[in-house]
Amino acid sequence: MATPNIPLWEVFIRSRNGLAHKHVGSLHATDATLALQAARDIYTRRGEGLSIWVVPSNAITASDPSEKGMMFEPAESKIYRHPTFYDVPDEVGHM
Amino acid sequence: MYTQALNSSEGEDRNIEDAALSAQFQARIDTDDRIEPNDWMPAAYRKTLTRQISQHAHSEIVGMLPEGNWITRAPSLRRKAALLAKVQDECGHGLYLYAAAETLGTSREELVDLMLAGKAKYSSIFNYPTLTWADIGTIGWLVDGAAIMNQIPLCRCSYGPYARAMIRVCKEESFHQRQGFEIMVTLCRGTEEQKAMAQDALNRWWWPVLMMFGPPDQSSQHSDTSTKWKIKRFSNDELRQKFVDATVPQAQFLGLTIPDPGMKQNEAGNWEYSTIDWDEFKQVLAGNGPCNRDRLAARRKAHEDGAWVREAAMAYAEKRRQRAVLQAAE
Repeated sequence: MATPNIPLWEVFIRSRNGLAHKHVGSLHATDATLALQAARDIYTRRGEGLSIWVVPSNAITASDPSEKGMMFEPAESKIYRHPTFYDVPDEVGHM
Repeated sequence: MYTQALNSSEGEDRNIEDAALSAQFQARIDTDDRIEPNDWMPAAYRKTLTRQISQHAHSEIVGMLPEGNWITRAPSLRRKAALLAKVQDECGHGLYLYAAAETLGTSREELVDLMLAGKAKYSSIFNYPTLTWADIGTIGWLVDGAAIMNQIPLCRCSYGPYARAMIRVCKEESFHQRQGFEIMVTLCRGTEEQKAMAQDALNRWWWPVLMMFGPPDQSSQHSDTSTKWKIKRFSNDELRQKFVDATVPQAQFLGLTIPDPGMKQNEAGNWEYSTIDWDEFKQVLAGNGPCNRDRLAARRKAHEDGAWVREAAMAYAEKRRQRAVLQAAE
């Protein structure tokens, strides 16, 4: 008999206070409590974190990489959003 | 770890797939761009990686068995704690790798079932027995040492999830090799019997460890595609030579003799080793090594014995879910 599939979770860890939680990988667990315990055992055996988030993988909505052109083009064409677009006379110094 | 010996690509599938997409894909690889799970990839790339990463994962999991054999008999509490931590790491490595393999579209459960059915390979090295405590030292020193040689280039593999898993694995692997070497140093500085035990372990493990790097380059037919796809960055013989050159001085430091009387250093400084018995390698891969049946039986027993835990956890989660639905309805 095939082994039944156990839900997949994505794991995010805050390595120290002041930093954001960062995706570190995924794991299988039947519920959130077990997912947190498994995340501790699999991803923090050497003090890698102070805080863990686990999120059911199927709760994540991802952008389509094949449409990244259309998705991110608006940002690329707006160079006036960057500070280097503007001329400030040298005499003014650092701004 | 341990895939050099097993990886062989599926070859190209030029007939079915869009030539333009394939060309774009190869162009991305050529510029050292990383491929991520939702990106378009040739079916053969997906298949090759699914097999390589899952075999790698199986190797980590089966690799817990030979060392697990000595946890209860470790000579001191310090050694026991270290060995326990190492075996736990191997389990973690297996899980990172299954997670990476799954991103290609095959579930962990299917991959594990293939291994339990004897349809998936794992590294030949774990089909050898651990007869004495010195074998634990030798495994850390040589087997993990060989694995590091193999795994460091995989940190730059073209497939993002595999490369990221390998970075984590490599960080942890260094402890494994050092704890093994420390065991060897202690035995070699101990009594005559202890040193003899260390030599005996080296004698038994040396050739199987060299086989871990896989068949010689001239007989390995499939590595071209893997190289083109930047899954494989060094040939089997290149990695094997690097390993031998790094290991000979370590053996000399220990005062141990590598069981290869024909070994000599050439003018370039490389250590030339004698011919490897590839027939033994083929036999072990075909299932006829000293421990193949034991290893598979142990994995099957662990899987079957754990079935009620998986069922209970699933049933509990389902009960909680139903209760939450009822409470919401009230």
